[in-house]
Amino acid sequence: MYPKDLTHLCEIVQKEQNDSIEYVEIKHEELVITGLATRIPDLVGFLKKNSECQFTTLVDITAVDYPGREKRFDVVYHLLSMNLNQRVRVKVYLAEDEMVPTLVNLFPSANWFEREVFDMYGIPFAGHPDLRRILTDYGFKGHPLRKDFPLTGFNEVRYDEVQKKVIYEPVELVQEFRDFDFESPWEGMGEVIQKATTESSGEEGK
Amino acid sequence: MQEDKFLREEKLTELPADNQVRNFNINFGPQHPAAHGVLRLVLELDGEVVTRCDPHIGLLHRGTEKLMESRTYLQNLPYFDRLDYVAPMNQEHAWCLAIEKLTGTEIPRRASLIRVLYSEIGRILNHLLNVTTQAMDVGALTPPLWGFEEREKLMVFYERACGARLHSAYFRPGGVHRDLPPELIADIYQWSEEFPQKINDIDELLTENRIFKQRNVDIAIVSQAEALDWGFSGVMVRGSGMAWDLRRSQPYECYDELDFLIPVGKNGDCYDRYLCRMKEMEESIKIIRQVIEKLEHADGDVLTRGKISPPTRSEMKQSMEALIHHFKLYTEGFHVPEGEVYAAVEAPKGEFGVYLVSDGSNRPYRAKIRAPGFLHLQAMDQLCKGHLLADVSAVIGSLDVVFGEIDR
Repeated sequence: MYPKDLTHLCEIVQKEQNDSIEYVEIKHEELVITGLATRIPDLVGFLKKNSECQFTTLVDITAVDYPGREKRFDVVYHLLSMNLNQRVRVKVYLAEDEMVPTLVNLFPSANWFEREVFDMYGIPFAGHPDLRRILTDYGFKGHPLRKDFPLTGFNEVRYDEVQKKVIYEPVELVQEFRDFDFESPWEGMGEVIQKATTESSGEEGK
Repeated sequence: MQEDKFLREEKLTELPADNQVRNFNINFGPQHPAAHGVLRLVLELDGEVVTRCDPHIGLLHRGTEKLMESRTYLQNLPYFDRLDYVAPMNQEHAWCLAIEKLTGTEIPRRASLIRVLYSEIGRILNHLLNVTTQAMDVGALTPPLWGFEEREKLMVFYERACGARLHSAYFRPGGVHRDLPPELIADIYQWSEEFPQKINDIDELLTENRIFKQRNVDIAIVSQAEALDWGFSGVMVRGSGMAWDLRRSQPYECYDELDFLIPVGKNGDCYDRYLCRMKEMEESIKIIRQVIEKLEHADGDVLTRGKISPPTRSEMKQSMEALIHHFKLYTEGFHVPEGEVYAAVEAPKGEFGVYLVSDGSNRPYRAKIRAPGFLHLQAMDQLCKGHLLADVSAVIGSLDVVFGEIDR
């Protein structure tokens, strides 16, 4: 049967790995463990080796950027157990200047995933054997999936007939990049109203 | 004898010191017909034996995930056709499942059957291309010609369902875009009766072929432990003897009511993976026939009408609200409740997953595409070490890589 009841697994993790997790929850029939960044190899190692977890396949490592938050990044791991037919998601919060330990020693497949996260978000993985960029161009600057990286990028590439080679130039747009925002003004007003009321109340305080 | 040795020693001393024991480095690709796209491999060779293999990927990187963050959920759907462009609809499926999981949408039975039908057509599309081009990589020219003829027929089925041969955008959140005409279903059924003969032809040409076996048997053996360590999925684990298939173990749509087998290999080499793919095509035909029979008894709509799907044409002619809804759906798009989900399908190449983070707006906050080929290609170094240079193309062929999904 799938998806199966995850409450038992939830309890095991809470009991055995209490010092490396913040909390465990089940959402949309998926088990989500929020862990501590420094303890991630212990936690994932436990999930891999424990007989009731057996998460022996690393499905994915990725990150999510929340620029407004104190700890800016979520690093998200997805694990799968083929034997017990269950999945788990492990999340850790990470500030911009923090490092997260690599999982290459546990799962060789973490190598490229971590390179990709490093490439896209600039998150360094401590102990990674070969932390190069992977998807972007040789000599690329910046981390494209960060929310403060513009969609159009900074450089464009073209073949120059005169110099007979491929050259890099700053992006020149014929027209300003248009971000079509069709969101209904009525639904989006909540925030604006709140902002306006807090501002006005602040002025009154002065 | 004595003299010979003396001469050789003298010659060696004449050479510059660093030339004596240096391995040879070559670039394989980025434009190489056996690289199945734009793959650059930096190979270190000791004679003809590969000692190191470093794949450089990203030459087809289009920033799909970044682009997706600035477009609505529906506008993002066609990006999925452009990932694994060999079997486009299977990718769309994962995106639709992710949205449906987050919005809690149940799709109508007829839509579910049509999705399964076209997913299996996609699987055959993919395996036909892979099996035959793998044969081409090891020296056979005829199979691709036969395979592409069949692929062309399937592409016509794609076109008749949605109007496009390749970039279909047919699976939509809540169902599928349009119902299938009865003639099309009849034609697909007729094709499913003719196609096994074509598999037999390819089978006769390749399976016991001496050259094909010499080039594939015992090449790039994947043990079960390796398959787990490197995060393989799909045929890459089944070829090694593990009966892992998401259609069976974590069923979505109506796969749990269908009768089909999961072929597994024994040795985990390139040849077993070829055999698995051939068998899977036969199983897909079985599924297609069952689905067509079930489609006869499943009438009704193919879209769950509601917030995330357009109203019917006739409704729009009569109801102002329906017209407004249509306009808002295609401009603003629909809102997906806040939350995060991971949805995966058994794509022809393996587990294709989407990790979707929604902030409650009309655009995904973050969408991560988990492509099976990314992990398979990563193991190139492990798989190629100790093999001959000529085997590299056989290994790439059997990994089944498509750069649309690897580079995203």
